[in-house]
Amino acid sequence: MIKFPVPDDSCEYFDKEHETMTREQIEALQVERLRETVARCMKNPIYKKRLEEAGVTPESISSVADIRRIPFTTKSDLRDNYPFGLSCVPLRDCVRLHSSSGTTGNPTVILHTQNDLDEWANQVARNLWMVGLRPDDVFQNSSGYGMFTGGLGFQYGAERLGMLTVPAAAGNSLRQIKFMRDFGTTALHAVPSYVTRLYEVMQEQGVDPRKDTKLKVLAIGAEPHSEEQRQRIQNMLGVKAYNSFGMSEMCGPGVGFECKEQNGLHFWEDYYIVEIVDPETLEPVPDGEIGELVLTSIKREAMPLLRYRTRDLTRVLGRTCPCGRNHVRIDRMKGRSDDMMVLRGVNIFPIQIEKILMNFKELASNYLITLTTDQDNDNMTVEVELEELFTDDYGRLESLRKEVTRQLKDEILLTPIVKLVPKGSLPVSEGKAVRVVDKRKVYQ
Amino acid sequence: MTIHQLSIFVENQQGTLLKVLDILKEAGIQLVATTIADTQEYGIYRVICSEPTRAYIILKEAGINVALTDVLALELDNQPGRAADAIRVISAAGVSIKYMYTFLLGGKGVMIFRADPCDKAKEAIILNKLKFIAEEDLSKLL
Ligand SMILES: [Zn+2]
Repeated sequence: MIKFPVPDDSCEYFDKEHETMTREQIEALQVERLRETVARCMKNPIYKKRLEEAGVTPESISSVADIRRIPFTTKSDLRDNYPFGLSCVPLRDCVRLHSSSGTTGNPTVILHTQNDLDEWANQVARNLWMVGLRPDDVFQNSSGYGMFTGGLGFQYGAERLGMLTVPAAAGNSLRQIKFMRDFGTTALHAVPSYVTRLYEVMQEQGVDPRKDTKLKVLAIGAEPHSEEQRQRIQNMLGVKAYNSFGMSEMCGPGVGFECKEQNGLHFWEDYYIVEIVDPETLEPVPDGEIGELVLTSIKREAMPLLRYRTRDLTRVLGRTCPCGRNHVRIDRMKGRSDDMMVLRGVNIFPIQIEKILMNFKELASNYLITLTTDQDNDNMTVEVELEELFTDDYGRLESLRKEVTRQLKDEILLTPIVKLVPKGSLPVSEGKAVRVVDKRKVYQ
Repeated sequence: MTIHQLSIFVENQQGTLLKVLDILKEAGIQLVATTIADTQEYGIYRVICSEPTRAYIILKEAGINVALTDVLALELDNQPGRAADAIRVISAAGVSIKYMYTFLLGGKGVMIFRADPCDKAKEAIILNKLKFIAEEDLSKLL
């Protein structure tokens, strides 16, 4: 077990040894852990075959750059080998799984050993400590629990740090505010759109977050948001909001987190090898240039992932920081290299919308999804062309619109604004269809 | 007893009506009466015109969402109260009117409406000896 003692409150670092390593030390550790990870992956027949075909053995790795000889892993690999096909340990050694919803096919499953969970808790604790939280703090986790890793991930991390932790989960804003006041919550974790919602309810209830709560730190993540949105959230609640990056494939939250400088997220390179590649050529791009984030987990037992293509677009901001941590600083996410949309923390693919629209013979095949932000609430408008004017009756058109809305809601769990438009009125796709217009500016 | 009306699905946006009207103009179609309601997003533009079947085909070929709808048409004397008289007998037959509009053509009042149920409306028109307009009559009036 890798539980080291929680440091003194005055210490800047939760895990000083690893957080303050020099670049040379980081890279030496990465080579060592990459070798261990490749050796572990050899125990899985799918990985073994791929590694052998690429001529990769643990001994053949002598520098971090050698990682480029390893083939990429994708979300489809996880789906195709659902549920346990990519595990590197026997199931009896696993103690938990998290599964992501199967939006476009099979869901994906990520397995964890007890060591994986302990390390994950350490990572999250490291992040929360970094932004000034200590065992005296009260941490309210207003994130979804269950299969969503933002719940248990932050729960165990906050407990690991030693905070009093309130597993408030998402929703019921009035109760959230009551908890905050009754328990003296000093730190809150939620998706950015929910923080805005909470603030609206506070205003309705006449609660002034500056006077009536003890809030001092916000952790926000799991949905893309712009710097502007962050500033707005900070101004609303009068506290610093730190950007968190996580993905269930890597463990969950805790992969990267902003330090007090708020100038990029430190991705923990003792746990991951971070690459930014051109999504077309898959060749590395220079620091500062935008490309697809590729992550290799080098400290996980149950299901390490080799060169996992996250589809998130971002860039390296630097490899040093005034905070004393030399772990790579990654910019907030700048977009996606696939067509996934993230709306109020929900991942949605256009194909899900298309599938529903195709069920209606009254509708044509041309549609346009527009994402907008209205006072920090993300909205989706779906415009779809009418195939035939099948009626002369406004009532029947309205019923059609309502039925389309209802079926879309069942599929994507959000209620979109559906608009019926005349045939030929939407932009005609030339080559790759433009199906999504994102006006939210979340990726700025 | 019924005449053809064009029902055209249009967006509540600048220029959408013009597109339709230009196509009809190009084809030499003469408008007799048109109506559209003030709605939020889309509207149904209803048109009585010369050669409605040809107009329908031309609009459809131009990719417009159009339907050819059968509506009832009554000829009314151009005197106060005639529309009320007509509606009174139709309503008395248990018929509801989905929409209605009136206009003057050749010194005569014309009332166009869509009735539900349509058969009952026709029955009421015949029994009460209301003067209905057929497709051929309309073209004569033009
Ligand atoms: Zn830093």
